Amino acid sequence: MNELEHPTSEPYGSKEGKDLVSGITIFPMEPHVPRKSDIDPKAARRAERQVATMFATSSLMIILFVVAYVKIPNTTLITIPVIGTVNANHLATGFAFGMAILLIGIGAIHWAKKLMPDVEVTQERHALTSREEERQEVASSFQRGKAESGFAERKIIRRSLLGALALFPVPLIVLLRDLGPLPGTRLRETIWEKGMHLVTDATYRKIKASDVPLGGLINAVPENLLEIEHEEENLNQRGKASIIVVRMDPADIVSQQGENWDYQGILAFSKICTHLGCPTSLYQQRSHHLLCPCHQSTFDLSDSGNVVFGPAARRMPQLAITVDSEGYLIAQSGFDQPVGPSFWERG
Amino acid sequence: MALSKRHPAALFAVLAVALGTTGAAYAAVSAQTTPKAVVLSETQVEQGKQLFLTGCSSCHGLAAQGGSDGPSLLGVGAAAVDFQVGTGRMPLAAPGVQAMPSMPSYNAEETAALAAFIATLGVGPAIPTQEMLDTSDAELALGGELFRTNCAQCHGAAGTGGALSQGRVAPNLMNSDAKYLYEAMVSGPQSMPLFSNQTLTEQDKKDIIAYVEELQKNISPGGATLGRLGPVTEGLFLFIAGLGVLIVAAVWIGAKSK
Repeated sequence: MNELEHPTSEPYGSKEGKDLVSGITIFPMEPHVPRKSDIDPKAARRAERQVATMFATSSLMIILFVVAYVKIPNTTLITIPVIGTVNANHLATGFAFGMAILLIGIGAIHWAKKLMPDVEVTQERHALTSREEERQEVASSFQRGKAESGFAERKIIRRSLLGALALFPVPLIVLLRDLGPLPGTRLRETIWEKGMHLVTDATYRKIKASDVPLGGLINAVPENLLEIEHEEENLNQRGKASIIVVRMDPADIVSQQGENWDYQGILAFSKICTHLGCPTSLYQQRSHHLLCPCHQSTFDLSDSGNVVFGPAARRMPQLAITVDSEGYLIAQSGFDQPVGPSFWERG
Repeated sequence: MALSKRHPAALFAVLAVALGTTGAAYAAVSAQTTPKAVVLSETQVEQGKQLFLTGCSSCHGLAAQGGSDGPSLLGVGAAAVDFQVGTGRMPLAAPGVQAMPSMPSYNAEETAALAAFIATLGVGPAIPTQEMLDTSDAELALGGELFRTNCAQCHGAAGTGGALSQGRVAPNLMNSDAKYLYEAMVSGPQSMPLFSNQTLTEQDKKDIIAYVEELQKNISPGGATLGRLGPVTEGLFLFIAGLGVLIVAAVWIGAKSK
C-alpha cells in the first residue's frame, strides 16, 4: 500500500490542511468553473469555427507562399514604412510561411483551451524509496556477485584492475599539453626594429614626414609586413605591429614617453588598446584624444598616451620615430614595452 | 497615470510628424546643394569678403585670424568652407561640442563666394573638380580595404556613423555627396583628422568614395537595418521584442480559459 496516500475519503487538496507525511500546508484547489464553451453550445461552435478558420488560413498561406515564390521576381523591391526597402519576394514568402506555422500553433492551442476536456486531475505520488524486500534482494544479489567473481579473494586481479582504472584518465591530462606551448617572448616582441620604415596600411607606401599634415592621421604598419604577408604569422604580426601616426603642433605636446620620440610633432603610437586589444584609431584631432570603440578607453596622445577615461590600465605604448636621409619616417627602435592587453607574466 | 491616458496612436502620430518634418528638411537641403563649378573672380572674392564680414567675422575675427569663439581660417582652403557652409554646419546654430549639419544658410553662389574669399587668405585644399570625383576608374575592392582601414573605426563598417567621446559623433555617410566626402577627407572638419593627398592619394580617395557610393546604393534585403550597427542593436531588439513576444505567448498558453 502507498504510505503517502491521503488518509481521508475526500479528494486530496479539497480542504485546507497539512500533508500528513511532509507537513507542508495544503491549500484547497479553486472550485471548478466550467468554460463558456462547456455550457453554451453556441460558444463551443464559435470556438470550433475559430480553430477551423485558423487552420484554413494556414493552408491559404502555404498556397500564397508557393504563388509568391513563383510569381514575384526576386529583384522586386518594396518600401514598407518603418521597416524600409526590402525584397518583395523575401517578404512575401517569409510572411506566408511564418503565418502558416504560427496559425497551426495558435489554432491547436485555442482548440485545446476551448474544446478539449476541462477537468482537474489529481496525480497521486508515491514514495521514491523502494520496498524493503526489493532492497534486500539487490543487496544479496550484490553479495552473491562479489563472492562468485572472487573480487575479494583474487588480489592480483583486483589490484591490476584498480591500477588500470587509476591510469585511465592520464590521456585526458596529457592532451592538455596542446593548450601550449607557452608564449615565450612572443607577447613582448613586435617586428618593429631600428631603422624600419613606416608604411601606410593597405597601400604600403613609405611616409614622407613633410607629407603628414597638421591634424593628420595615418594608419601605418612596418615595411616588412608585406614581405611576410603570406607567412603563417602575418596576422599575429599585423595585430601586434599596427600603429597610428598623427601630427600635432609641437607646442601642444605636453609630454612624451621618451625624449625626442616625435619628429617635428609627428607621433607614432600602437593601435592596439591596452585594455583588451581592440584596434584603436578613433583619433579626434582637436582634443588629441584617441578613443577605443570597444569599451571607451580614451588616451591623450598629446600627453604620453595616458589614459584619461575608461577601463584601460596602461598608457598607449609610443613608438620612437625619426626620419631617414630622404625624409621618410623610420622607427628609432622597436617598442620598449609589450603592446596590447596585459598578460599574466608581464608583471 | 497621465501617461496611460494618451491615445495609443499618439506615439505613432508624433513619429510620423517627426519623420515627415525631417524628410521635408532633407529634401530642401539636398535640392540646394547641387555642386556647381566654382569660378574664382575678383567680384566673387569681394562678395565673399562682404559676406564674411557680416556673417562670420564675429567668431572667426575680422581678418579670419580666429579667436576664442572660432578657429583661424587662414590656410584652411576653399574645400573646408564649401564643406562647412555647404552642409549647413556653419554658421554655427548654437555653441556645442560639435557643429551638426542643417539647412545651409547661404545659397550655392554665396557659398562659392565665401570659399573664394577664404582661399585667397592662404594655401589650402581646393574644392574638388568633377574629374576628381569621377569614380568610373575606381577600384572598389581597394576602396573597401582603405575604408575599413581609415574610416570604419569612426564611421562604422557600413558607413552609418558612430559615437565618439564627450558627446561628439562621427556622422552617417549614407546621404553624403561625393564632393563633401572628398572635402571632409582633405580638410579634417571638427574632430576628424586630415587625410592629405600625399598619404591618401587622390586615387585612394576616389576608391573610397566609390566604395561609400556602393554602400549608399545597397538596400537591406533583410528589412529594417536597426542602424546597421550589427549585433548590439540586433541583440537588443531580439532581447526585448523577441523575448517579449515569447513571454506574452507563454502567458496566453498558460492562462485559464473562460
